[in-house]
Parts: sequence; C-alpha cells; structure tokens
Amino acid sequence: MAMFIRVDVDNSVIEKTSGLAQKLVEVCPVKIFKPGSAPNTVEVVEENVDECTLCDLCMQATEGVKVVKLYE
Amino acid sequence: MRFYEFEAKQLLAKSRIPLVQSEVANTAEEAEKIASTIGGPVILKAQAIAPGLAAASTREVSDPGAAKAAATELLGIDDGGRKPRGILVEARPTGEAVYSLSFTYDGTAKRPVVAAANMAGKIDDLADEHPDRIVRRHFSALFPFSDYIAKELAKSLSLGGNDLKRMTRIVSGLARLFLKYDLADLDITSIVKLGDGNFVVLDVEADLEIEARHRQRPMLDELGFSKDDLRQVREPTEFELEGARIDAEDPRGIISPIAEFDGNIGLVIGAGGGSLTLTDAVRKHGGRPANYAAIGGNPSVDKARRLTKLVLTKPGVDKIAVMSNVVSNTRADLVARGVIKGITELGFEPADKILIFRVPGAWEADAAKILEKYGVEYCDRTVSISEAARRAVEKVG
Repeated sequence: MAMFIRVDVDNSVIEKTSGLAQKLVEVCPVKIFKPGSAPNTVEVVEENVDECTLCDLCMQATEGVKVVKLYE
Repeated sequence: MRFYEFEAKQLLAKSRIPLVQSEVANTAEEAEKIASTIGGPVILKAQAIAPGLAAASTREVSDPGAAKAAATELLGIDDGGRKPRGILVEARPTGEAVYSLSFTYDGTAKRPVVAAANMAGKIDDLADEHPDRIVRRHFSALFPFSDYIAKELAKSLSLGGNDLKRMTRIVSGLARLFLKYDLADLDITSIVKLGDGNFVVLDVEADLEIEARHRQRPMLDELGFSKDDLRQVREPTEFELEGARIDAEDPRGIISPIAEFDGNIGLVIGAGGGSLTLTDAVRKHGGRPANYAAIGGNPSVDKARRLTKLVLTKPGVDKIAVMSNVVSNTRADLVARGVIKGITELGFEPADKILIFRVPGAWEADAAKILEKYGVEYCDRTVSISEAARRAVEKVG
C-alpha cells in the first residue's frame, strides 16, 4: 500500500479520448499505469505509486487522473 | 586496486627497471627449488593484499630447507578470506647504501609528486620520523616526464657521478610507468646499491587507480586479472553482497560501493560525492560507522527503502544517519520516502530510528513535509556536514 502518494483514476474521462489510456501506460516513468480490463481504460499499479516522481505528465494529459500527495 | 608484488615487478621489468632476482613459487617444494637456484639467504613474501599482513607475510631464511618450511607456513596465512597468490622468493643482496622512492598524487598541488629518501622504508612513515631525509619533486600528469626532474631529485639525495646517472634512469623509468599505467601509488621501499655500483629494486607496492581499470584492460589482461577482480582487501560479507544485489536489481541510482564495519551508526549517505567526507566526519566526532554506503544518482524509492532495511537490520545497529553532500541533484523527497518506508516496514517509528536526515538536494520542501509528518526534522545545507555528523554521534550516545 502506498504511503506517500495516491493516484485517482476516472476511467469515464480517460476512455473518451482514443489512445489516451495507452499513452498513460507508455509515458509514466515509473510504470504506475497498466492497461485496464475494459478498452481505453487504465488501472493503477499500487506497488509503484510511491515511486511517483510528480512529473505531472499524466495530469497534463487528462483530467481523468489526479495525483495526491498524502503528506500535505 | 592493489597489485600483488610479483605483478608490480612484472610492470617494472617491462620498463627495464633493475630488479633483484626473484621468482614466484606456488608450493613449498617450488620455493625450496627457487631458493636453491638463487643461493644464499633469500626472503619469502606471501603474495597477499589484505592490510596489516606485512610482518606476517614475510620470512627471511638462510638455506633452501628453511625456505621450504617457511613457504609451508606462509601459504597458510589468511589473506582476507583468501589464500596467498603464491610466494615470491627473492635474493637478498647487501649493499653499501639503501634508498626509497614513492610516487603518488599531491591533492593540494593537484599534481603527481615523487618523494625519495636515503634510507629504506615507506616514505609516509619515514616522513613522520625523519622529515629531514625526504626530498620531493612535483611533475606534470599532462606532459612527458623530464629526466631533469629525476636528476634534480637524485642530486638532492647527494648522489653524483655514475650513481646520479643510474638513479636518474630508475626515477625517470618509474615516473613514466606511473603515468602510463594510471597508478595511484607506487612505493619502492628499498633500492640497494650493489658492490658493482648498480642499483636494484627490492620491495615494491603499487596501486592502480580503480577508475582506470577499463582503460588499462590490456595491461590487466597481460597480468592475468579477471574482469571482475577489483582486488578487494577481503572477501565481501553477506551484508555487502546483499547491498550489491539491491544495487544490481534496480538500475535507478546507485548504492555502491557498500562496505561493512563493526560500528553502531548505520549510514545511508552519499549523493554529490560526499560519502567519504561524511564517514570521516562521523569518525572525527567519535562515532563508529557500521557501514559505508554511497547512495546517489537519484535512487528509486524502493532502492532507498531496501538499503535502509539492510542497514537497520545489521546486528549492532539501532539507528541510522541519512546524510548527503552540500550540493546534490538527488531528490531529497524520494530518499525520504524510501527511508521512512523501510523503517515503518520494520515496525519502527521513523523518529526513533533516524539520528539525522540531512539531504540537501532537489525537492527539499517535499522532503521536509514528508519527514515532518513522521516527526523527523529535515536539515538542509545550512547544517554543515561536520555539524550533521556531530549531531548524529551525539544522539547515538
């Protein structure tokens, strides 16, 4: 379980943009996202969440992802 | 990287430095045979590199039978968990004069330096006891070595005539060898002037600059070094092997080198090349480091977590000091996450286990917030390395 970071995913937003889910999986430098079971969705890889470098690439790509610092 | 003496002498022989007659024996019987061939008194030197073995690894004997007995004994000594790499059997000529030479880098002058004395021994030791008998000359690491510098040095030893010419050739040859092979240290602890006027080198210690090992691969191949032979002074411990595994399993950042000591302060240190300074600072303030571990290059949270657990579970360690250099690009927040995570996974409170967290670097504000949440004070670069070490030592008691 992540201690420092929480990543909230709203797949109802992500699936509206074609290819976005795949892009999220590809760009995250610490592999926080993996393809979801439904098309054009992602799941969070919980064991990698605390590795988040807070690069914000995911949040810049979509409003369907929120990265929350649990220490603030 | 320390050379065995027989290897160092191979390098000297390639540079035509006059050497005393010697040969390596791998068995006591071979030692006896070599001693018989040399004739007269011989000295036997177990080829070992662990520190503190100088006296235990050398025997002077007067006949081949005694050489066999001494070799049997020497082949059994413990060279940091290894057996000696054979026995160097050498003639022991007597002479009318003895000298010593040492080549190294002068960190203050930032240039190579050669020192000489008109007596045998390690120049560092002689300089403490007989500073008036040491002469020095700096030279360039960039330009070819000039015989003039060697001649000046030999002249300073009060040598003249043929002695001056012969010693100049030896000093020049060694200086060029020192530069050519990227040596960090080259100590000739005894050069004897024989009855016929010639000089011969008796005792040699040489260290290769470890960062030069790739560039010097052809020379190392010629000497028979395997690629993974870093000439550690002892076999790695389980702690060190586990540290190396953690490092190898995650390419993000580094935690190398890692070494185990017998102290009680766990060190998670490094970033910005400060790990040696930090370790020295802990010692200077009377602390006893339990380990050396240079962590840096932006390690992953997981790498910092695993290192923290490794150090904190080392027998005798109750608390850790997390410290890095004054300037560092390593993210302080990621290190903080890893350290806190490692400690909590072991079931401890971070505030009880962290002596000090002094990691100036990127994302300091986030590091401070993370640590504050767990009741640990964050120290930035306004706390000096020495002060950070002092606080850690004081806390551990």
